[in-house]
Amino acid sequence: MILDVILFYGAALVALASGLFVIAQRNPINSAFSLIITMCSLAVMFAMLGSGFIAVLQVVVYAGAIMVLFLFVIMLLNAQQDAGDRAGGIGRAGIILGIILALQAVMVVWKGSASLPTRHTETAAVDVARELFSQPRYLYPFEATSILILSAMIGAIVVARKEKGK
Amino acid sequence: MEALFTPANKELAIDALIGIIKLAVIFNVLLLVFSLMTYVERRVLGFMQFRRGPNRTGPWGILQPAADGIKLFFKEELMPEGANKFLFFAAPVVAIVTAYVSLAVVPYGGPLVIPFYGQVSLFGRPINIQIADLDVGILFIFAITALGVYSIVCAGYASNNKYALIGGLRSSAQMFSYELALGMSWVSVIMAAGSFRLNDIVSAAERMNVWMWFVMQFPAFVIYMIAACAEVNRTPFDLPEGETELVAGFHVEYSSMKFALLQMAEYINMITVCALASNMFLGGWLSPWPGVIPNSPLWFFAKVLFLLFVFIWLRATVPRFRYDQLMDFGWKRLIPAAALWVVFFSGMTAFFGEKKSPPSTVAIIQPAAGQVSR
Repeated sequence: MILDVILFYGAALVALASGLFVIAQRNPINSAFSLIITMCSLAVMFAMLGSGFIAVLQVVVYAGAIMVLFLFVIMLLNAQQDAGDRAGGIGRAGIILGIILALQAVMVVWKGSASLPTRHTETAAVDVARELFSQPRYLYPFEATSILILSAMIGAIVVARKEKGK
Repeated sequence: MEALFTPANKELAIDALIGIIKLAVIFNVLLLVFSLMTYVERRVLGFMQFRRGPNRTGPWGILQPAADGIKLFFKEELMPEGANKFLFFAAPVVAIVTAYVSLAVVPYGGPLVIPFYGQVSLFGRPINIQIADLDVGILFIFAITALGVYSIVCAGYASNNKYALIGGLRSSAQMFSYELALGMSWVSVIMAAGSFRLNDIVSAAERMNVWMWFVMQFPAFVIYMIAACAEVNRTPFDLPEGETELVAGFHVEYSSMKFALLQMAEYINMITVCALASNMFLGGWLSPWPGVIPNSPLWFFAKVLFLLFVFIWLRATVPRFRYDQLMDFGWKRLIPAAALWVVFFSGMTAFFGEKKSPPSTVAIIQPAAGQVSR
């Protein structure tokens, strides 16, 4: 299992390094690309936990779709290097939030790995579907989410059309 | 550390070795196919347009790809002033890596069966011509294609050239638009096979008969081929190239080997989409006349070569779209058509399809899941 260990630490190192780059870079484009790398290495971790489906969704949705939106906004609005206002209110809030999250992570590790899922439970796409679409589990939440997404989509279209009609 | 040379580790090592051999073979074969494609494409285009095409280097000009390679090697490498150096370098790397990685899950003709010899095996294991048989095969390819777009965005931005930037935005917008139709055209195939695994799709076609499968999935096949054409920037949709009307787009500033890598990624992507189409719609390595001619990887290659030829054929015959026509066609024709087909097909499956329960792994993992505190 030495291979797993190497893979895990490799992915973790890349995730941490690129995560640091996201906040350390001055150019927003570089930050966005670093964030893409972070998300891809998180996908590697999901795959190592035996859930290839979630790993692939992580790449499709986050690294693929959402980050492209980020990049387009940055490129089209031509957001240049921020003029060193990183120590502002948002920066301080981010530091506090980061500390809280780090403490939570430490607590989880402190409590021991007994409450964490065991490895080598391969989850196929079929199992995910069964959980999502079966009655006692997540059927109603799933349908409710789809309605939410639909209404958000209609909202986006309405907003876009209004601007055009002016 | 416990003993390293356990039987389990030995098995693992053999698996890894076979994987590496497959990787090396497939990588090199693709390299060869890519270089031959550049030659065949120009020759076929020349033949179709009543001109000669490259015919000076070697017999029938067959050494033209090698000559091109040497020329590109020795060309001066240019880096525009004020370019984002890292991203400028990263763009071709991302392009080529995503092109190759997505090929890892494509089965190249199932079990390696040689006529008059039978199943080939290595270290006592039957060989399947596929590197990784993923449970989420198709989705994996979808994810990697989504990442491939970044090479275009990257190249366009990093060049520090407004034409490159506009070209990059244009090309990436095109790729997102057609990715939707591409993904939707897969839905009916996945639904009929009940699996994301490409091998399962081929065996579903085998159960049904290859011809029936092809006829049943024909609308999806047409949508797939159109969307794939746009996805790999082939001619009716080759606005990223657009050498006559637009400056080349995202790769204006690229020269020498970086340009060669971008070109190569494009050709490898073309081979990928053809291999996928062959597996999903045409039955992969299955023989169209089972019983008369046996199944063989050769069938797979024949189908892929035919599809590649269709792409070249299209390039010789169809004029280029204008950008607004391209967007109109993608969003107002292709995506509604794909959506209609998905609705129609799922309706037909719900009413007429046999009730099948997909293979379950829940029973196997239930005890382990029980330990997890929810």
